[in-house]
Amino acid sequence: MKLNCKYVWEYISDYIDDTVDAKLREDIERHLEHCEICSAILDSTRNILILAADDRTFELPVGYSGRLHERLARELELS
Amino acid sequence: MKPEAGTKEAVQIARILAGEKELFHELIRPYERMVYLTLFAIVKNETEAEDGAQETVISAYRHLASFRGEAKFSTWLTTIAINEGRKRLRKAKGAAEDSIEGLAETHEGDYTPAPLTDWREIPLEELERKELRETLRVAVAELPDIYRQVFTLRDLEELNVEETAEALGITPGAVRVRLHRARMMLQKRLAPFLKITAPARRRFFERAL
Repeated sequence: MKLNCKYVWEYISDYIDDTVDAKLREDIERHLEHCEICSAILDSTRNILILAADDRTFELPVGYSGRLHERLARELELS
Repeated sequence: MKPEAGTKEAVQIARILAGEKELFHELIRPYERMVYLTLFAIVKNETEAEDGAQETVISAYRHLASFRGEAKFSTWLTTIAINEGRKRLRKAKGAAEDSIEGLAETHEGDYTPAPLTDWREIPLEELERKELRETLRVAVAELPDIYRQVFTLRDLEELNVEETAEALGITPGAVRVRLHRARMMLQKRLAPFLKITAPARRRFFERAL
C-alpha cells in the first residue's frame, strides 16, 4: 500500500517502538526510502529520544544520593 | 533491567524482611534516579522532587512487607513515587488536579510533526550539545502534565507500556497515544535545533537504539 506522509506520522512512535505489524512496517519503510520529509522527522524524533535517555540531560541535584541514604539510614535506625 | 534482577531483588527483599534491614540501601540504589525523575515529572520542582523521593523510599521501606512480587519492584516503587507526587501536588495546588484527564485521546493527527522546511530556515550554527539538552529539558517541563508523565516513565526511565499503564492507572492504549503526542510535541519544538544532527543517516541511530 502506498502511504501518505500524514499516515506515516501517525505511526512514527509505534514504528520507533517496533509495535507496528510487519505489513505496516514494510509499507512505512518503503515510504521512508523516497520521502525525505518523513525520514528527517523520524531521525529527529530518534535523536530526541537518545538525548532524553542520556543521563546528562536530566541530572539529579548535586548530593541527592547522599542525602537520600542519610535519611534512609535514620529511618533504619529507628525501625 | 536484566532478567536476573527480579530474582536477586526477591532474595534481597526476603533478607531485609528477615531483619537485614541495611540491605535496603542496596535494593534502592539502582532506582534512585528513576524515583527522582518520576517525582520531578509530577511536581516540577527540584526541592519538592527530592523531598518526595526521600518520602517514597521511606514509604517503600515501611511497606516492603506488602510487596508481593506480582508486579516488578521497579513498578511498585514507581507507583509509590507517583502517589507521593500527586499528594504533594494536591497539597500545593488544591484538589483541582488531574482535570486534563478528559482530553480526547484518539489517534487523530492533532500533533503534526515539524516539516523539513522548518529546519532549513534555521541558523546554520550548530547548537552545543549542552544547549540542546537545556532546550529539551525546558520542552519536557512545558509538556502538559499527562504527556510529560508518560514520556518520563517510557523514554527516560524506560518502563514498558504495561508497566507505565499500571503505574499511572491508565490503559496501555492511553499510554501509547500520550507517548506519541509527547514525542511529536517535542519533535516539533526541537526539530529546528536538530538541523545538523538530523541528516546524520538513519543507520547510525538504528544502531544506537
